[in-house]
Amino acid sequence: MASSSTRGEKFPFGIVDATLGSVERDIPADEPPSLPVNAALAVIGHRVPRLDARAKVTGAAHFTVDIKLPGMLFARVLRSPHAHARVLAVDVAAAVRHPGVKAIHLVTERGGKELQTVRFVGAPIAAVAATTRSAADEAAALIKVDYQVLPFVTDIDEARQPYAPPVLEFAAEQPPGGARPANVWGPSKGPFASVGRGDVARGFAEAEVTVEGEFRTQVQTHCCLEPHAVVADWGADRLTVYISTQNLIGVRDELADNFGLERDKVRVVSEFTGGGFGSKNEAGDYGAIAVELSRKAGAPVALIYDRREEQIAAGNRPGTWQRLRIGARRDGTLTALSVLAHGTAGTETNAGVGNIAQGLYACANFAITEYDVMTNAGPGCAMRAPGNVQGAFALEQTIDALAERLGLDPIALRDRIDPNPARREERRIGAARSGWPARHAPGAESGPLKRGLGMAQSFWPGIVDTSGACEVRIARDGAVEIRSGVQDIGTGTRTILAQVVAEELGLNAEDILVRIGDTDFPPGLGSGGSKMTGSITPAARDAAYKAVRALCGVVGAKCGIAAEALIVKAGRIFAPTSNASGLAFRDAAALLDDEIRVVSGRPADYDGFRVTREGGGMAKSDLGGVQFAAVAVDSETGIVRVERVVAVHDCGRPINPMQVENQVHGGILMGISYALLENRIMDRGSGEMLNADLEYYKLVGAADIPEIDVVLLENYHGRSSTDACGIAEPATVATAAAIANAVYNAIGVRLRSLPMNPATVLAGLGRIPGWEWRS
Amino acid sequence: MNRFEWSAPTTVAEAASSATTTMADAMAGAADAALVKAGGVDVLDLMKENLVAPRRLVNLKGITGLDGVDADRDGGIRIGAMARLATLAEHPLLRGVYAALGAAAAQAGSPQLRNLATIGGNILQRPHCWYFRSPNFACRRKGGIHCFALAGENQYHAIFDNDLCAIVHPSSLATALVALDASVELTDAQGRIRRLALESFFLAPEKDVTRENDLRSGEILTTICLPALPETARSVYVKQGEKAAFDWPLADIAVRLDLAPNGSCEGAAIVLGAAAPVPYRVRAAEALLVGGVITTAKAIAASQTAMAEVRPLAKNAYKLPIFAALLRRAIMSAASIVSAPIALD
Repeated sequence: MASSSTRGEKFPFGIVDATLGSVERDIPADEPPSLPVNAALAVIGHRVPRLDARAKVTGAAHFTVDIKLPGMLFARVLRSPHAHARVLAVDVAAAVRHPGVKAIHLVTERGGKELQTVRFVGAPIAAVAATTRSAADEAAALIKVDYQVLPFVTDIDEARQPYAPPVLEFAAEQPPGGARPANVWGPSKGPFASVGRGDVARGFAEAEVTVEGEFRTQVQTHCCLEPHAVVADWGADRLTVYISTQNLIGVRDELADNFGLERDKVRVVSEFTGGGFGSKNEAGDYGAIAVELSRKAGAPVALIYDRREEQIAAGNRPGTWQRLRIGARRDGTLTALSVLAHGTAGTETNAGVGNIAQGLYACANFAITEYDVMTNAGPGCAMRAPGNVQGAFALEQTIDALAERLGLDPIALRDRIDPNPARREERRIGAARSGWPARHAPGAESGPLKRGLGMAQSFWPGIVDTSGACEVRIARDGAVEIRSGVQDIGTGTRTILAQVVAEELGLNAEDILVRIGDTDFPPGLGSGGSKMTGSITPAARDAAYKAVRALCGVVGAKCGIAAEALIVKAGRIFAPTSNASGLAFRDAAALLDDEIRVVSGRPADYDGFRVTREGGGMAKSDLGGVQFAAVAVDSETGIVRVERVVAVHDCGRPINPMQVENQVHGGILMGISYALLENRIMDRGSGEMLNADLEYYKLVGAADIPEIDVVLLENYHGRSSTDACGIAEPATVATAAAIANAVYNAIGVRLRSLPMNPATVLAGLGRIPGWEWRS
Repeated sequence: MNRFEWSAPTTVAEAASSATTTMADAMAGAADAALVKAGGVDVLDLMKENLVAPRRLVNLKGITGLDGVDADRDGGIRIGAMARLATLAEHPLLRGVYAALGAAAAQAGSPQLRNLATIGGNILQRPHCWYFRSPNFACRRKGGIHCFALAGENQYHAIFDNDLCAIVHPSSLATALVALDASVELTDAQGRIRRLALESFFLAPEKDVTRENDLRSGEILTTICLPALPETARSVYVKQGEKAAFDWPLADIAVRLDLAPNGSCEGAAIVLGAAAPVPYRVRAAEALLVGGVITTAKAIAASQTAMAEVRPLAKNAYKLPIFAALLRRAIMSAASIVSAPIALD
């Protein structure tokens, strides 16, 4: 990409079957030529079954929890039973005497100081490595900890009170002119906070209609199928870490920095990762514990969280309280939008409500104030579209309320205020497929079972990380291999890399060996922010393109044909201008003197990024997505059933529509589960999470899953050599909001808190005796 | 989980002399506990949570003849305690008047659990109150002095008889069995059989807050007996979980009606599950249904009467309208009343 020369190139632009045209871009001269739309391609855009599907369903795929190394020890972490306590002394003498114990580690705070205070039930205090799992359990139980128990608070409302016990000894920086309660931190600034614009006071003064509402969202925990797991092997030459992670290279750098090792002395491996939704972005304290135990024991150490540890100590989607206010003219034009939000990520920050209110609709005047509320509860972390899922629940209900006040159809209002052309088309398609024109007025059904239809929109930026690279090798036996230090967390990264390279080489995806999940390969990037596909596929295509040109160069030289005249297609290399049938790919490769190896990176977007940050940027488009939910509410029992979801999405050029649909299915299931069931329940008396399991922490099951109709647009932007974008996060942003709007349409009562379980629904309907006086 | 000894008897007598501790006694701290293991679903959970650490597990699976479902000479049904829920869910004898039991078995747990779990284990399983199931709360049922649910998180707890302990009885099969007037047979090592009505087998907290039933040490629950019921009787079981499957009930209800050929109701049983520390039979509501044809108005009256003694806690009052609606629907379903949608109040 270092080339300074450029060339003009024409790219498909717009939505296939709607607005498709073309755009001329100046691109670096050595970039591959423009790809046509998917219909003209042989492998890209096809529904290729995932290459590792068979290995996964037969158990041949080895996840971190399957790793077994000679002499491997098992770790157990001793965790705080107190929500807030000073650790006065830790006595490991009895544990040391346990015959199975090989190492003990006292968890330290950043900076290497021994842990002095624990701030949530489940905070790690010490860890042991022993020869068997049960020996580790026994030894951990022998560790004696002397605590000075401190007052605590787990509830966001109580934590905001002036009398609430401070979660951290040091208060946040206070604004000039007044003290705030110690646990209320902010207003948030930092990279994740939204930014205001215009003058909201003037905007509300200009408004002809104003709507407002208060909303609450619950804490949702990460429930990856594979738990957080790590096997650390501190060897003589280097540290090898097998870890269930979304971010191999990030884990490598974090561990190298924390243990004072050169980065090439740390190898991190995850051939298969059993899910990751934001909680597996870092090595975390579990990674550090395993490495430290392995270093001390001189043996590999496996640390695998159990489900209770997953629930209490592995991260969560923060809970929020939000107040939204929207002002508009009678024609629907928004004049002002203001958001006040308090979120709690336990002992962490970044509990905001995302950038959906800032970015989804045209509105000249926007203000947002977000506070982090500290509580003695398990720390929050990134979780599939951080902030935006919570933000969408409030914003999209308030927009629907505005539409009703204005006497406008919710889709007609959005047609006026949403500038994104993809979502306009998505609304049109979704309305037709969901039966929107036949939608009844809110609460119009008289029987106890009330059906409703609602919709909501997604907002997520196109994020690109330019730090990743991909290598393509063509061996003399014709074998093609991809190498990249990226990981496939279940999204299908392995398969799309094969598709992109196969397209360029005139082969099938199954012909390509994809080697990923290892930091010994060219540097990868984290699977987060829905950025993997858009970031790594251009690098893969570029490497494949250059490898093909090198192959054509050799074949041309040996056969006396100009390399430029040769192309590869359908397993053969030939000159389209001649009648000769050319060579089979394998025979052409046999002409090589040496294996071809090309490593390529990811250039900036062809017309530049909208926002550039270190290591990457933000594309000029927001990824669309509109979802429609049809629900049935039993108004006597309060049970909400989602009967059908129509999800219309775009993600640039879909590389594998089947895998994209798969991601959308997952996003919708997660959204339904969040909307109706999931809820971390904390005991206020002890600070304990009472449903730290999958029995009372309820996830949707097969019987709860509706019919899901996914419609995928091809929406070309002309911004990279593959023009692909991600989908994982947009797929879940709108779901809970669409269900909430559908519930309103069903029962005529707007539910402003999650989950919408029978207690919430029956309270909303005023059907709980005594509920009014209790609240 | 602790190490333990595995015992594999082939007769009930052997098992009864080998398994000398009830789960309630073991959890209350009985030394050297020797426990019965049937399907193993609950005992394994309790051991993994370190709530019980038995010295010995006595596996009942090697005893032949404990899993039958047979019609008896008197026109009733005898069900071996080791009969699996999956078997009961599809059993041809559990139709018509006994349909409530088949339906309760079919809706319990998940297919995997129903293939393992036995009716005896289902009846004897310990409660699923989250305070009871956490080793960090020494609650009254575990010998402590507090019920943490009363002032804590009680959204899934009892709405009746919850003064001492707010568990709901864990067995949904028991809801159906009590409505069917079932009894149980408890066999000791000498082969002596103690037979008592299931309803009196279950213990309210006032009688003994540390156990849910009257199983005594040295006894094995061997048989569940369903009495002969009139040909004209019918029973239904309805369950409402938050999830459509694999969830505990927020409310479950069994209704049995003895309907004469002219439609007149000659007897009724109404049992509410997930409502109280024991399956909660509401005789005042039953009485409203007896005599004359069952009407929608009677079903509504009975469902309101059934709620008369309700004592909701801070977070579970939402269960009242669910029980009322479910009971009305169950009565109407048992009486085969198909009507227009009910106008809501």
